[in-house]
Amino acid sequence: MSLKDLISPFYVWQRAFEKPYTQKRPIEDRPGAPRYRGFHMNSEECIGCGTCESICQNHAIDMVPVEGLEQRAGDSGLRPRFDYGRCCWCALCVDICTTRSLHLSNHYAWVTEDPDAFHFTAGTDAMPWNQNSLGYRRDDDYHLLVHDRVEMQALSAEESVAGFDEVMRGYTEEEAVLEADRCVECGICVATCPAHMAIPDYIRTVRKGDYEAGLRLLYETNPFSSTCGRICTHRCETVCVMGYQGDPIAIRWLKRAIVDRVPQEKYREILGDEVEENGKTVGVIGAGPGGMSAAYYLRRQGYAVTVYEAQARAGGMLRYGVPSYRLPDNQLDKDLEYIRSLGVEMRFNTQVGRDIPFTQLLDEHDALFLAVGLNQPSALRIAGEEHPRVLSGLRVLDDVASGKDPGVGKRVAVIGGGNVAMDAARVSRRLGAEVDVLYRRRIEDMPADPEEIRESQAEGCTLVPQAIPVEIRNASDSNQVTIVWGEAEMVADDKGGRPRPVLQEDRMHEETYDCIIAAIGQGGQIDFIPAEFRDRIEFKWNKFVPGDYQQTGLEKLFVGGDIANSRADAISAIEDGHHAARGIHRFLSGALDG
Amino acid sequence: MFEPNPPIDLSSGKYLKLWQGPQHPGITGNMSLELITRGDEVVDCKTHVGYLHRGFEKLMERRTFIQNFPVVCRIAVPEPTFNEYLYAAVVEELTGIESPPRAEWIRTLNLELMRLASYLMWLGGIGAAFGQSTVYQWTVTHRDYILDLFEEMTGARIYHMYIVPGGVRGRLPEGFEDRCRDVLNRVEKLLHDVEKVLFNNVVFKTRTKGLGHIPKEMVDPYGITGPNQRAAGFSRDLRKDAPYLVYDQLEFDLITATESDTYARSWVRYLEMHEGIRMLRQCLDRMPQDGPFQAKMPNVLHWEVPAGETYIKAECTRGEYGYYMVTDGSEYLRRVHVRGPSYTHAIALMEKLAVGTNIADIAGLMVSLHTYPPEIER
Repeated sequence: MSLKDLISPFYVWQRAFEKPYTQKRPIEDRPGAPRYRGFHMNSEECIGCGTCESICQNHAIDMVPVEGLEQRAGDSGLRPRFDYGRCCWCALCVDICTTRSLHLSNHYAWVTEDPDAFHFTAGTDAMPWNQNSLGYRRDDDYHLLVHDRVEMQALSAEESVAGFDEVMRGYTEEEAVLEADRCVECGICVATCPAHMAIPDYIRTVRKGDYEAGLRLLYETNPFSSTCGRICTHRCETVCVMGYQGDPIAIRWLKRAIVDRVPQEKYREILGDEVEENGKTVGVIGAGPGGMSAAYYLRRQGYAVTVYEAQARAGGMLRYGVPSYRLPDNQLDKDLEYIRSLGVEMRFNTQVGRDIPFTQLLDEHDALFLAVGLNQPSALRIAGEEHPRVLSGLRVLDDVASGKDPGVGKRVAVIGGGNVAMDAARVSRRLGAEVDVLYRRRIEDMPADPEEIRESQAEGCTLVPQAIPVEIRNASDSNQVTIVWGEAEMVADDKGGRPRPVLQEDRMHEETYDCIIAAIGQGGQIDFIPAEFRDRIEFKWNKFVPGDYQQTGLEKLFVGGDIANSRADAISAIEDGHHAARGIHRFLSGALDG
Repeated sequence: MFEPNPPIDLSSGKYLKLWQGPQHPGITGNMSLELITRGDEVVDCKTHVGYLHRGFEKLMERRTFIQNFPVVCRIAVPEPTFNEYLYAAVVEELTGIESPPRAEWIRTLNLELMRLASYLMWLGGIGAAFGQSTVYQWTVTHRDYILDLFEEMTGARIYHMYIVPGGVRGRLPEGFEDRCRDVLNRVEKLLHDVEKVLFNNVVFKTRTKGLGHIPKEMVDPYGITGPNQRAAGFSRDLRKDAPYLVYDQLEFDLITATESDTYARSWVRYLEMHEGIRMLRQCLDRMPQDGPFQAKMPNVLHWEVPAGETYIKAECTRGEYGYYMVTDGSEYLRRVHVRGPSYTHAIALMEKLAVGTNIADIAGLMVSLHTYPPEIER
């Protein structure tokens, strides 16, 4: 023992004169650090994908319906409800939030007498910290999800414009797994897909490499999987939650990845080919995606199905409207062949009304499904459009699909901004023409798929937006045609609609082309329905307005496809066919009243 | 040393059975010591654990790899960061993900801050156990300053949940380095005060010198690691012997002693705190200021870790801390085992060291081993 050891401890007194460290809560406020993980906040960007619920290891989050939410596409209408009896404030829900709507405030003290208050819906319920601007947010450079899409191999613009080979080359197995891995399985896409395909489930089969299970899932809702895996309008991808901070999942390409890996010979083995006949017959008018989809699901239920098709081959607009660089014939045939192999009878070159009367079909079959599509090009409604060098986009595509030369010449103007216009332009490029595409509005207003617009530009088509055709005149050369068009200014719509193009009369142009391809839309044709039935069927703008299960007022007649819906795309037609097949089954088994 | 304790006849009236714990301020957490005393001398001691068993290892088998990340920090309450680091390290090893250099520096900074905070709490504990409660007030306050740093760096004071497989969860906040240096200066000043008040204190010296002597030959058979081992003359430290993170780029000395008693163990830890401050200053000076702090990760929602097994260890304040993990290629781990130094120190070693001591010294002896019961019972 030393003297030092006796005296030294008295040094303790020196600190007695220092300022105390203690903070006097609650008299003095002590805010959390700016990054503090306090109570949950949710902003309006939330779309209720439920990814927070999936990652929560405490099951502290439930997705619950919230009253008064505006219904919108890509929003589940659910919002996360937090149970603070379970939460551990790890903030994985914030890290994983696909829209970045969820974050934590730095508010950490909350006293209330109501025990139920600790079970609340963030962002919806009024909480004391809702105005808090600090707290934990995910760092920009920190990710628990993969935001970049695996790009698919594609032909270069030079290669693709040189012929009709399929532009998109498909995913390798490895690429498909990587892309499938990005999916958060929220299912927002399922509600948006017109056919309500089991998207997260089939994406999971890609991840697991179980393509046969994937194919079975696809066929539950869509017998045109090879087709839709290529040319679907993929509404699912426009609402995909991964699109909020990065690229949406390439859902369409993943569907294709499944189909590409199952050879056609195995379809019957995987999907089955046994049909138990039920003795009833159904006639299907039109062998497009709607008609063949109905035929497939009806045949599966044991109906004897006969399909009447005006053209020489099945596929409808998929064959005659979609060029083979987007959808090769053999891929369409892959879908169609399996449907036919189940025993669907096909009557080609049989136009109802011309080759066979509608009433005869009505008598011969227990029910009819009609999906004749839209095949009448809309008129430009300008002077001179009957000029022989004004072709319709549909005709050009039809000719090319049938192996005929549409004779577009060396310089082509395409009028329109939809997919048919883009396809007509790209087909003309492949036939060696210089192509201008005239469109009334801006490029961002074009109804065509963005990739079609992008690819057509890459292939050398010149897009001329805000160009309104005014008149078509004879050119000096009788094999040519002259178009007069004026520039348009976009004027905001007072009623809140999209801006409207207004012709600027002082800025007119005149241009001479070898041909003009009009592709501003197409309408339906329903003359073949005898007048005595028409009163019982509801029409609007030359289109059918079907009731429940696609049934019309003429009980035996069910309708679908482009002629009966406003979306006019393949996947909607497929769903109409499927839906009608269910309706017909209910109708014929007495479960659906007329 | 390896002899069983002589049989004790409780009915003889010479002995008293005394339970210390599971709730007792002198126990470093919830465990209990079943003491047999004669007068105030402890003649036998049995350790009992299980009061804190929460089944972490089993819980983790039912959670995905990312969901385990908020779980592991709870295994050792005063030192969550070592669990976070080791869990991240095993997952990274099994998946082949490499955390970027910046993250490795931030992790090292994090671990050393944690070590300092943990030692500060321990220093208060050893002081309080021998009647020097003022030291406890001082050190716990300074630990709070470090928790403030953790709060602004990670978003939480105790369960930081910051070191995530693949890297760390965020960059350092602006101005963090300066505030951290300031806290280090304050802690350093405090340590000098503590040296005067505690280590140069006749009461402390008298009570701790010779208390709980661990013979050198007991170290390996009993699996004793960390400062307990270094105080017995072994210069072993995983940061030197099997460097991980950026320890091979840091300058620091290994502290050892030979007396192997409570005072020596305390002194070793005291000096290690100074080494810790030295390392932290190097981290602050040399840490990369830019670059990624997270490796490219797969979608963690269905993260499948390839089949494999691994064991990764790190030097925590109490010694070797390790994670053993077996995976089977699924989204869930097959088995995880957490090896904490408290397991050996608090259960087997304590039973031996307690015999022959005084009841009043039991608490101090226990603190001198620096054990954390939550980590015994994973």
